[in-house]
Amino acid sequence: MALTMKEVEHVAMLARLSLSDDEKKKFGEQLSSILNYADTLNVLATDDVEPLTHILPAFNVFRADAIRPSMPREEMLSNAPLEEEGQYKVPKIM
Amino acid sequence: MELYELSVHELQERLTRREISSEEIVKSFYTRINNVEDKVKSFITLTEEIALQKAREVDRAGQYNSIAGIPMGLKDIFCTRGVKTTCGSRILANFIPEYDSTASRRLDEQQGVLVGKLNMDEFAMGSSTENSAFFATHNPWDLERVPGGSSGGSAAAVAAGEVPFALGTDTGGSIRQPASFCGVVGMKPTYGRVSRWGVIAFASSLDQVGVFSNDVQDSALIMNIIAGHDPLDSTSAAIEVPDYSSYLDGDVKGLRIAYPKEYFQQGVDDAIKEAINKALQKYEELGAIVEEVSLPHSEYALPAYYLVAPAEASANLARFDGVRYGHRDFEAENVIDMFSQSRAQGFGDEVKRRIMLGAYALSSGYYDAYYLKALKVRRLIANDFEKVFRDFDVIVSPTTPTTAFKLGEQSGDPLTLYMNDILTVPVNMAGLPGISIPCGFKNGLPIGMQLIGKAFDEGTLFKAAYGFEQNTIYHTMKPELGVK
Repeated sequence: MALTMKEVEHVAMLARLSLSDDEKKKFGEQLSSILNYADTLNVLATDDVEPLTHILPAFNVFRADAIRPSMPREEMLSNAPLEEEGQYKVPKIM
Repeated sequence: MELYELSVHELQERLTRREISSEEIVKSFYTRINNVEDKVKSFITLTEEIALQKAREVDRAGQYNSIAGIPMGLKDIFCTRGVKTTCGSRILANFIPEYDSTASRRLDEQQGVLVGKLNMDEFAMGSSTENSAFFATHNPWDLERVPGGSSGGSAAAVAAGEVPFALGTDTGGSIRQPASFCGVVGMKPTYGRVSRWGVIAFASSLDQVGVFSNDVQDSALIMNIIAGHDPLDSTSAAIEVPDYSSYLDGDVKGLRIAYPKEYFQQGVDDAIKEAINKALQKYEELGAIVEEVSLPHSEYALPAYYLVAPAEASANLARFDGVRYGHRDFEAENVIDMFSQSRAQGFGDEVKRRIMLGAYALSSGYYDAYYLKALKVRRLIANDFEKVFRDFDVIVSPTTPTTAFKLGEQSGDPLTLYMNDILTVPVNMAGLPGISIPCGFKNGLPIGMQLIGKAFDEGTLFKAAYGFEQNTIYHTMKPELGVK
């Protein structure tokens, strides 16, 4: 199957990637060819197969609810592109 | 023999006998790096000052246990406190972590000396290291060829004698394939055997940390240090780690070895098939039982992988949004544009492709057809292995369908490049341990043999790999590189 321009734009939006028109065309073609390859899986009957999400037995991992030292705020902010008063600063959201 | 030509265990012996100091060793490796690095280009960052300081500390303490005073390299995917960690990406070009990954911390605690951070395909996505945002690494056996990927810097650095060992990560073959291309030993442990804490995530159900080394003994030695449960990684297995060195007896008598017929089809180079067949004969001569088996779903592992891995990547890489770390586009006026533009500027093409592919496979209307389907096929692949391992101890196959290809040769069509992983990806899908060891040459380029083991049975893999290695000379052969 070939992805339409609209589908490429939708998936780019989901992925939070702004793309040029040339990129949309290029990635659209490449993704279509990869998805065609993925369609080879359809020859396998898998209705009764349990999906394998994780290789280790699924279980919850708990730890004691104990207070431990955490990373200092200044250190966590040291890589921030923009900060103010000990917080990450971003453009207006609302 | 130069110091940089020695293995970890040989360096260790000389340190213990007080024949050399750690400072001398570290300096010897930096001299080697200065001589060959402009050709090989393995390193993104060198840490010479810190390394020499640490070497002197170790020499002053005079305790040369474990890897104390021995140089090492880390793929630039391991967070290292105070040392730039880029993951091969522009988006993290200036990222300086505030903490260490568990695997690298364990090496650090044993007084290993970090020489530098190694080049890689951006976010570990690729099979040639050409997807690094910074530069390509060259194969020490032929500088016009790729070292493989994504841990290409780690493989090339060990092959070129720039470090005696290095850590890498393997999501679909990123340790075994470059190890094969560069003629070194590459160990990918069982999923969950080594902590992923502090390792920048690509596909969390597949990623695993492992080792590049000159020989099997070194591989076992490093695994003894990094393997084991870590409370900081809830997917690290709470299963006891044996002393891997105790498996190195060279005795493969009675070992049951299977070779899957499917791994000798699919465009595998004749010279590679021949090398593996010879290796299997060697095993028979040494007393192992060798039989052909079938892993019928093998051909579906790769298409399933290219849905599962991108799906997980699209979720993992959502964190790179220009808010807390990494590149930000300061022109954007609203927060959505800031995310979308920062990511568009910071990520390379292959990363964008995989994020979009994953987002598509997980999106409403396509989840069942693609993502869920791939997970069901993943079960079939794991079941194939389980059946074979009821009767066998080890599976042997080629690591890659070809030897190292030329730089630029496969950069056109993404699917062509993906085919490099066809023999390694099934192992990750099933979460099993795999090791690639040198087993021959074609036109001066190394050939790798892959050994696959039962979950958490790395010991038997080391036993089988060591048995072959000790009866062959391939691991002793080094690239010329035109400098002494």
